[in-house]
Amino acid sequence: MSMIADEPTTLGRIGRLMVDNPLIPLVILLCALIGVLAILNPAILSVFWVSNTIKIAIPLAMLAACQTLTMLTGGIDLSAGTVATITAFVAATLAPIIGAPAAIAIALSCAVLVGLLNGFGVAIARVHPLIMTLGTALIVYGCLLVYQRFVIATGVQIPNVLVWLGTGRSFGLPNSLIVFVPFAILIIWAQRRTGFGRLLYAIGSNEAAARLSGVRVWQVQFALYALSSVIAGLTGLLYLGQIKTASLSLAIPLDLPSVAAAVVGGTSIFGGRGGYGGTIIGALILTVLTTMLTLMQIPEGGRRILFGLIILLVTALYIRLTDRN
Amino acid sequence: MTRILAGNGWTLGLVGLLALLLVATKIIQPDFGVSGLDSVARSALPFALATVGMAIVVIAGGIDLSIAAMMAVASVTGALLMDGASDGQAALVVVLVLALGLAMGAINGALIVLTRVPDIVVTLAMLFVWQGVALLILNAPGGGAAPWLRALIVGGVTLPGVPPALTQWLPKGVVFLAICVALVWVPIRRSKLGLMFYAIGSDPLAAFRSGVPVGRTRIAAYAICGLFAALGGLSVTMSTGIGEPIPGPYLLASVAAVVLGGVVLGGGRGGIVGPILAVFVLRLVRLDLTLLSVDPNVAAIIEGSIMVAVVMLGAVLATRGRRT
Repeated sequence: MSMIADEPTTLGRIGRLMVDNPLIPLVILLCALIGVLAILNPAILSVFWVSNTIKIAIPLAMLAACQTLTMLTGGIDLSAGTVATITAFVAATLAPIIGAPAAIAIALSCAVLVGLLNGFGVAIARVHPLIMTLGTALIVYGCLLVYQRFVIATGVQIPNVLVWLGTGRSFGLPNSLIVFVPFAILIIWAQRRTGFGRLLYAIGSNEAAARLSGVRVWQVQFALYALSSVIAGLTGLLYLGQIKTASLSLAIPLDLPSVAAAVVGGTSIFGGRGGYGGTIIGALILTVLTTMLTLMQIPEGGRRILFGLIILLVTALYIRLTDRN
Repeated sequence: MTRILAGNGWTLGLVGLLALLLVATKIIQPDFGVSGLDSVARSALPFALATVGMAIVVIAGGIDLSIAAMMAVASVTGALLMDGASDGQAALVVVLVLALGLAMGAINGALIVLTRVPDIVVTLAMLFVWQGVALLILNAPGGGAAPWLRALIVGGVTLPGVPPALTQWLPKGVVFLAICVALVWVPIRRSKLGLMFYAIGSDPLAAFRSGVPVGRTRIAAYAICGLFAALGGLSVTMSTGIGEPIPGPYLLASVAAVVLGGVVLGGGRGGIVGPILAVFVLRLVRLDLTLLSVDPNVAAIIEGSIMVAVVMLGAVLATRGRRT
């Protein structure tokens, strides 16, 4: 409003820069973390380690795509980890009976079903996304436990394509990049250049304004939560190939880091700001951080505390920097 | 008289529903009697205490997603310190755990007020922090509980001088719950603080202009919620005899019970009795499903669906309420 009074302080200017280009400080942070890691254990840095870190970070980054997209509208998808798990479990247990392609198709349709349920709750019943997705996660996990009883006798078979994608390497780089690079380009292109992407930002910045300018908010949200579940399902399939066992809690531990990766990557949890590019760096940062915590022998509890505090700290920082209440 | 009836229509409906479910239970299982009632009361106790805490925060216009994790912290702290302690020490531990609950809640509230981050984000982050704390305190279920604590909530009430047959039917769990609520909530509700909870819940700006210290009141609401979470965590330890570091399904259950109990998400309206009745309604539904020999996993799905449906209904009602 007043041009003269707003003499920006140095801190304010740096803050502005960070908010406008979140990628710069994130890359610096990533390099700093790798530097600390190199001091802690100089032997760890190698081409193999880099490719391994990328391999571990990819499922996290894909799951964080669910959080990034839903957060752009001011929502969140806490059922993503559970959806990834059921997709992986259903695909692995049905594959010996009906063959891999059919099993994968059925598994992904399960994911779509959960997404539609989330979409219904959030878009039409207007439940807060956090509570709605938590609730569907609970229901779906119950369904998984019941389903598991019926397939306990049939064996588990992990389709070869998934194993090749998940664990294989070509030219020193993990094969999962073949899926991930087009996926990331597609997401970034969709959020920047398509109408759907712009609608996500519009709803997140000001839902009432978006509604008044003729956006059918419920349709966008419906499609968004279905899309988010499909992404989670794909992540589950890739993760299955990487871990090579179909467990009942496969990707559920990734829930919290996926939220943290999106938040660290500069996506605002209140919607309207952020992007997938930052999330990818965020996922890499968290993976390096996890390696560091493992090296320093921090127990699981300490890791959770740290991740929770990171989410809180980064969100508080963004609020301070942008002065948005 | 009619005004009292109309004003408490929702609560009366819940009482009716509860009676209906009790009759249904009796029909399904003709043996259902004193011991059945006792076990229902005991299993409902942590849910009820969590719900009371959640209801207070919701009335004050917030929500606390970290409630189940705080219960886990209280449960493991109590179990670890009480393991092998004498009766006197155990009493000291109880006081300590309750103070810890107050402190955890106050930290949640203070972070919300100081960082100006929305409550739902702060308590989501704190959910993970408290989970981590519980895991650091106790890595696997373990510890112990003093026998006298267990005796507080197991079995029927016996009063000296009154024939046991008269009071035996009333489960101690219900009495324990009533005493906790009467000691903590009733005095607050009657005081200025209770009024301020409702004030900041219905309109923070109006409350601020009428001189209510909004920030401090909000911290107080979260602190009381933490206190009830600690009571709930202790009751888990009391009934199982061990501390449980993995949070139970109390978060969604308490939100569902709060909504079903007639407290509007968004704050300012509702009481404590409705949510408590709603807890017993939801627990009896679970019991009936078990008695009908429904697979426990299927029962969990049905229960989860009911809760999600209730929350959806509550959200629809809240949206309607805002529009008019």
